[in-house]
Amino acid sequence: MKHHQYFALVAGLLFALALTWGLAQEGSGGPAEGAELGAQIAQQGTPGGAAPCMACHGAEGAGIQGTPFPRLAGLDFQYIVKQLRDFQEGNRTDPTMTPMAMGLQPNEVEAVAAYFSQQSPPPLPTDQDAAQVAAGRLIAERGIWGMYVPACSSCHGPAGAGVGHTFPALAGQNAAYTVKQFQNWRTDARHNDALGMMQAVVDRMNDEQIAAVAAYYQSLGAAGTGSE
Amino acid sequence: MRAQARFQGALLILAAALIIGVALIASAQDGAQQEAPATPSFPPPTEGQYRHTPPTLDELPEGPLADSILRGWEIFNETQKFKGVYTYSDMTCASCHMGEGAVEFAAPVWPAATTLPAYRGKNWRVNSLEDRISDCFAYSMNGVAPAMGSDDMTALVAYHTWMAQGAPMGEGNIYGRGYGTLPEAELEPDYARGQTVFENNCAVCHGADGQGQRVGEEVVFPPLWGDGSYNWGAGMTRIPTAAAFIYNNMPLGQPHFLSQQEAWDVALFMNSHERPQDPRYTGDVAETREKHSNFHSLTMYGQEVNGVVLGDHDNTGAKPFLRPDTLLFEPPPPAED
Repeated sequence: MKHHQYFALVAGLLFALALTWGLAQEGSGGPAEGAELGAQIAQQGTPGGAAPCMACHGAEGAGIQGTPFPRLAGLDFQYIVKQLRDFQEGNRTDPTMTPMAMGLQPNEVEAVAAYFSQQSPPPLPTDQDAAQVAAGRLIAERGIWGMYVPACSSCHGPAGAGVGHTFPALAGQNAAYTVKQFQNWRTDARHNDALGMMQAVVDRMNDEQIAAVAAYYQSLGAAGTGSE
Repeated sequence: MRAQARFQGALLILAAALIIGVALIASAQDGAQQEAPATPSFPPPTEGQYRHTPPTLDELPEGPLADSILRGWEIFNETQKFKGVYTYSDMTCASCHMGEGAVEFAAPVWPAATTLPAYRGKNWRVNSLEDRISDCFAYSMNGVAPAMGSDDMTALVAYHTWMAQGAPMGEGNIYGRGYGTLPEAELEPDYARGQTVFENNCAVCHGADGQGQRVGEEVVFPPLWGDGSYNWGAGMTRIPTAAAFIYNNMPLGQPHFLSQQEAWDVALFMNSHERPQDPRYTGDVAETREKHSNFHSLTMYGQEVNGVVLGDHDNTGAKPFLRPDTLLFEPPPPAED
């Protein structure tokens, strides 16, 4: 117990020092400063009890094929911050991730977001079925308007690049994770999407269509850098 | 002691059974949800109304005609490829004609192929399908249509006509035509209320400044006003048209998300901002508004908003001219009185 508190104190002091140094160097706050702390958390976890991110999200947030955990590399900084805060506030729940998010201090949330938003590790290996990918591409680019499903690209941007801070990049995203998010929106385990735009469409798509879209986006390789 | 342990064991098993049971019920409910997809509900067709389901591109037979139809599809759905040629805006035909121009209450375009030629009050002449398409480019796209008789104009005609396959010629009572019509607003549409609606519901996609969002050079969410948007002659500048579009189509995929009053208010707010000049501009905004009062009585063009008269300028956006040569209209008919 005491050891733990001591560690937190030292970590806090170190961070304060690093922050002061960073402010002196850069003269302004921003995601770049937290990235070093973020890298440390990704590898070692936090004093507050968050496990090392890389255990589930892979080295540099590349994702791990065969798990339902997301690739974080290259996602928008503000998007990641919002997701972590939403986990903390219960707008998004997950038995694995919620306790991790609870173990992050506000500055640590920003630090890991800064770190992962700046990474660009190699894409996950893709072994998807070509016909499934082609079917997914049709839905992603043209929608299923007969079921009132707009094209995914009309919000997530061309080739899953992601748009602004609200619509995450999908290119290279772990397909198993994408499929799981559709389930989470259906069950309301996730209800943090802008204007409920995802919740509105998930019930209009069948499992086959969802799997196809997820496979298509993973097949696109590394995540886009998002928009300016 | 041993009895107590056994009791605790039984409790544990009971708890586990309960959890599994609840999980099973929950997953059964998931299944039920998937069987009854929540598509938006529009009022059903009234008696005698014609309802048409356009064919999809998968049904296209191969050949030169299919190539032309696909070219039409490309111009219609990827209009930004033709920026500086057919459009000087950041809009795409499908920005307003949702779902590739095939969706009910989202201004499906196939009725143009079955109801034209017809007389249109907008330009006081009988319009062909080509004339109608040309108008869209001149106003909504702030551009200039492919030349009459060109392969690209024929391609657009072919695309419209393909989607009309099987629909009866001349039938005017069409279900889901245009954006539908909203009943008159309960409260007079209001700029300030509209601004609140905009900030809470529209800005997330179209930006706090209404200028849309891009990825690199590619427009993802179109601008709602300003140089890159539709010009002052576009049908969307009419408040009732915009209100019906918004109510039945916005946010994307969620018709009827806003109340009708909110749609009226935000339509007024959106159309109370500057945009490129009406190609019918005579050099005087009041005169232009008066000359085209059958149209502009429904817009804010020439009206004062926040101390500024809207449309009182020579700005044509990125378009280096005011009026495309393809834009034809007859002089207004003599006043009736």
